[in-house]
Order: sequence, then C-alpha cells, then structure tokens
Amino acid sequence: MNYLRDFFVNLAHSWTAWLAGFLPGWAVSLIDYVIVAVILVMMPVIATLTLTWMERKVIGRIQNRIGPNRVGPWGIFQAIADAVKMLIKEDIIPDRADKPVFNLAPVLIAAAAMMLWGVIPFGRRMIGADLNIGALYIVAIGSLSTVAIIMAGWSSNNKFALIGAFRIVAQLLSYEVPMVLSIATVVLLVGSMRMGQIVEAQTVPFILVLPVVFIVYTLCGIAETGRSPFDLLEAESEIVAGYFTEYSGLKFGWFYIAEYGNLMAISAIVTTLFLGGWRGPGAAFAPVLGPIYFAIKVVLVVFLLMWIRGTWPRFRIDQMLQFAWKVLVPAALANLLWVAIMLKLPAPVAVQYVLMLAGNLVILFTALTLLGRAAKRVVAQQEAKQQAESGLVAA
Amino acid sequence: MEAVAFAILAVVTLGGAIMVVLSQNLMRSALWLILSFFGIAGFFVLLQAEFLAVTQVLVYIGAISTLIIFAIMLSRNFMDPSEPRFNEQWGLVGGFSALLFIGLATVVTRVAWPVSAGLPPADAIQRLGIDFVTAYAVPFEVASVLLVVSMIGAIIIARDRE
Amino acid sequence: MLSQYALIAVLAIIAFALPVVGLLLAWLLRPHKPNPMKNSTYECGMETIGETWVQFKAQYYLFALVFVAFDVEAVFVFPWAVAYGKLALYGLTEMILFVAILLGGLMYAWRKGALEWQ
Repeated sequence: MNYLRDFFVNLAHSWTAWLAGFLPGWAVSLIDYVIVAVILVMMPVIATLTLTWMERKVIGRIQNRIGPNRVGPWGIFQAIADAVKMLIKEDIIPDRADKPVFNLAPVLIAAAAMMLWGVIPFGRRMIGADLNIGALYIVAIGSLSTVAIIMAGWSSNNKFALIGAFRIVAQLLSYEVPMVLSIATVVLLVGSMRMGQIVEAQTVPFILVLPVVFIVYTLCGIAETGRSPFDLLEAESEIVAGYFTEYSGLKFGWFYIAEYGNLMAISAIVTTLFLGGWRGPGAAFAPVLGPIYFAIKVVLVVFLLMWIRGTWPRFRIDQMLQFAWKVLVPAALANLLWVAIMLKLPAPVAVQYVLMLAGNLVILFTALTLLGRAAKRVVAQQEAKQQAESGLVAA
Repeated sequence: MEAVAFAILAVVTLGGAIMVVLSQNLMRSALWLILSFFGIAGFFVLLQAEFLAVTQVLVYIGAISTLIIFAIMLSRNFMDPSEPRFNEQWGLVGGFSALLFIGLATVVTRVAWPVSAGLPPADAIQRLGIDFVTAYAVPFEVASVLLVVSMIGAIIIARDRE
Repeated sequence: MLSQYALIAVLAIIAFALPVVGLLLAWLLRPHKPNPMKNSTYECGMETIGETWVQFKAQYYLFALVFVAFDVEAVFVFPWAVAYGKLALYGLTEMILFVAILLGGLMYAWRKGALEWQ
C-alpha cells in the first residue's frame, strides 16, 4: 500500500536498483535518461493525436456542428487517419529552395517542442530535470522556434512564405517580452526559478493572488503558439499558409505536431505557474495522485484556449503588435513592481497576497478604462473621416 | 566524460565559426553562427554557469541572431554567389590576419589568467542578484541606460531613412 | 547538477533524432514523381511574377531591436527576482530605477512611432 502511494517514483527506484545489480553506474544513468527522454519526446505526439480530435469536436460544437464522427466512435481515430495521410503524401521541394535549411526547419521546430517538456513537473519529484533555471529554460527553448520559422520562411523561396515568416516573427518577439516579465513576476513571488519549487510554493494557487499576471501570460502564450485570435499568419484566407506554404507531407506534419505540442506545453506551464501544478486534495499524502490532478488542470486550460479560439475574432497585425507593446508590456511591468513593493511590506504573507490581488485588479481596471477610451477615440476618428468623405462626395 | 563533451562542443563551435566565414550565402552564414552560439552555451553548461548558458540561448540566439538576420535582409544582394570569393587584396589581409592570430595566441597562452579553484557556489544565481544591486549597482543602472541609448539611436537612424 | 544537463543533452539528441527518423520513414513510404508544375513556387495558383525577393521594411528591424533591449532587461530581472528575499529596500529602488529608464525608452519609441506597423 505504501508502495502504491508514491507509485511512479517507487517504480523508478526499483527499476534503477534492479539495473544497478548488473550494470555499471553510467550505463544505468544512461538507460534511465533515455527512457525519460523517450517519454518526454512523445508528449507532443500524444498532444497532437488527442488535442486535434478535441479541438475539432470543441470548435465544431461551438459552431453548432458535430465535428468528425466517421473514423471510429465519435471520430477518435481521425488523428491516426490524418497521420497516415501525411506519411504517404509526396514531399514536394520547390525549385531553388535551400534544401538543407528547408529540411532542417521542421526538425528544429519539432525538437524545440519536445525539449520544452524536460522541466515540466508532472508530480512531486516527477520532473525530467529540475533545473535551477527551469523557468528561463522554457523561454529560451521557445526562442528556438523563432529561428526555425525564419529558416522555414526563407528557404522556401516563396514571397508569401517569407513575408509570413517575418510577420509571425514580429508577433512572436513582441509577445515574448510580456511573457518573460510575467514569468519573472511569479519567480519573484517564489524566490526561485526551479519549476518544482514554484509548484511547492503554491499553498494558494497563484491565479488567486495574481489573476492579471495569469491573463497576461495566457494571452502571450496564445500568441506564441500562433493560434486564434492571433493566427493572422495561418489564416487560409489571408496569406495562404504563411511560412509553411511550401511544405507537404510529413514535414508539414512536424510543424503541426510542434504547434499542438506547444499548445499543450503552454497549458502545462500555465498550470504549473498559476494553478498549482500537481497539487490537489490528497496529493501531499499520496503523490501518485499528482499527475492525475496535473492532467485534469492541463485539459481544463487547453479547453479554455480552444474556447477562446472558437469565439474571439481575429486581430489585425497592427492591432496585435500595438496591444503587445502598449498594453501588455506596461501592465506586466506594473505587476512586477507592485509585487516587489508588496513583498517588502512588513505584513504577514496573507495580507501581502490580498494586497497583491487588489493591486492586480486596479491594474486590470485601469487598463480596461484606458483601452475603452482609446477605442472610443479611434471610433470617433473613423466617424469623422467618414463624415468628411461623404461630405466631399455630396458636395 | 567531460573531456568528450568538451571535444564535441569545441568541434561544433569552431566548425560553425569557420563555416560562417567560408559560406558564400550570407543567410547560411547567419545560421552557422547560431550553431556556434549553441556550442558556446554548451561550454557555459560545462563550466556549471547555467544562468549564463540560458542567457546565451535566450539573448544571443533568440534576439540578436534574429536582429542579424533582419539586418542581412535589409541589405541587398545577399544571395549573390557569383561574386568572386577572393578579391585582389587577399594577400595583404591574409598577412594581417596571421599576425593577429599569432598575437592573440600569444596573449591567450602566456598570460596568467586568474582561474578559480573550485566550482561555482550552489546559490550562484542568488549571489549574482545580490551583486547586481550592491557591488555592481552602478554598472547595472548604466546597462539600462546603454540599452535605451542603443534603442533611441537605432530608431533615429531608421526613421531618418524613411 | 551536471547530471541534470546530461538528461537535457540526451533529450536534445532524441528530440532531434525522432523527426529525422520520421522523415526517413516517410521518404521510404511515399511516392516521388517530381514534375516542373509541382516544383514551381506557389503563388496563388499562378506563375511567379518577378523576383523572389521582397523589399524588407525597416519596421521589422525596429521591432527586433526594441525586443533585444527588453529581452536583455528581462534577463537582468531574473537574478534580482531570485535574490529578492535577501535584499533590503535599496534592492527595490534600484530595480524601480532600472525599469523606469527602460519605460522611458519605450515611451520614446511609442512617441516616435517605432511601434506602428505601417
């Protein structure tokens, strides 16, 4: 019974001990690392297989239709059918495309999506590597995707792909700043960059203490994965398929896997930073429940992101970039400084948390008021322009 | 084990650097440079300076490489492989480069660099943070001024072009 | 600590190997019948018009530049955030000054229209 309470960790220990019986130390470590790495590398693939089905069903229902339901019961084998299709489609490389770079781009972006999972805490002591710099590692790996996208856009020898790549890189860069600042705010609150420690420090889930930081981070996360409402670049009606226009077959498949892997990774990070990760009733007593709570929370966040995708209209690129720099960056900085000030208050932790929450709500209110006023100004300007034009026409 | 890692990283870093110079396509040079940066990040990890390693990836590869690639795009003719590899001055330049190499090699091998005996402390990042605001407070603030100045300068130059 | 990075290295190797293996598998499985129509660049279903090179707007460069400044700032914030518990009030004031200077730069960029898209 005791063994079952912390099942996964105990299983790992028993397995390692058994191996150490007949293998030298370094071989045991290597085998353990390879097993963990294979599990982690499978996460984006699992994400793609399950989340694509979930997304098509959820968006289908939001749009008042059923979604796939032919391939297997409720269409759950749809993803496998899509995977087989991608495997056997012909791979067309355009003339004069830069072949090595063209082939490397999907590999790089898929590898980045897989490496992200190395620092996600699935449960107590169930983390690939609890790096001292875990939170920064996530941002650094995310910036690898930027390079891969530039490679893809440039090597395709296609005007649209190149333009699409530049625009999406501008979007990614603009939203990376508030994202990093939000992570810095959480790190400030915890006092450490280690993901395992960030979960352990959440006796109160941080979404209740810093809701606006949660909102800022989630919006940036959506923008970083290039989903609606920030998917101007992938919208089929706009710029064909943006930077991966010229990709076909499995290469396109790897871009797709990277996208869904990143979606699940962002949800996992949001869960870790704001929802308490694997914490839940009874998880302290029986750590084996940790991954279950973690999975439930991740699915909830994924559902939230899909819901947003299905309901919000798309941003224009100039609106999107201005929103990032003029609204999110100042908001993230204000949050950071407010938390810093609150932490230095000579008051008990509970009072500090309540004041942080209050400050967050003030920032939210201010931001919405300013946005509302700016929107009214823009509308008034447009009306004035229309009136001037119709005045000219009539006269 | 560490020696093997060091050797692999050395090949990656130096190989990437050599290819930056040898490659005829400016864009590919930029990509080889990124590979070199990865090698350097690996060296930082070997030296147990993990914060520097992740900063290297985040700033050099994430930000500065993108900036370099955009700057390359801004210039024309970056994909012209018909230009001759070596122009007339290659003898003179080669001579100077060799002199520079000898000078640098002498400096690197002869100077008694202060090498610390042990590993970085376990709370290295905390100590770095404390140093930022105590011992190195002025450079810390000057860094922010430097960043803003570079931003303003580039904006002025870029706006003037239009 | 180095053992953690050994795991990251193994993860990196496998993460790069898996797509390559997948692509090799697909290369074995799929047909390979190139013809000039298929290999030509896609441009809304028509023939390509003009050179495949677009005028690169300086706007992209400006975004990347402002991003570099703020990326470095964010990197400076992290060690300070980790050490914050041990700092006295001057730690807070110095960071406020740091952020204020950078916000000043952002305001300048805003006023000069560097953050516009057009």
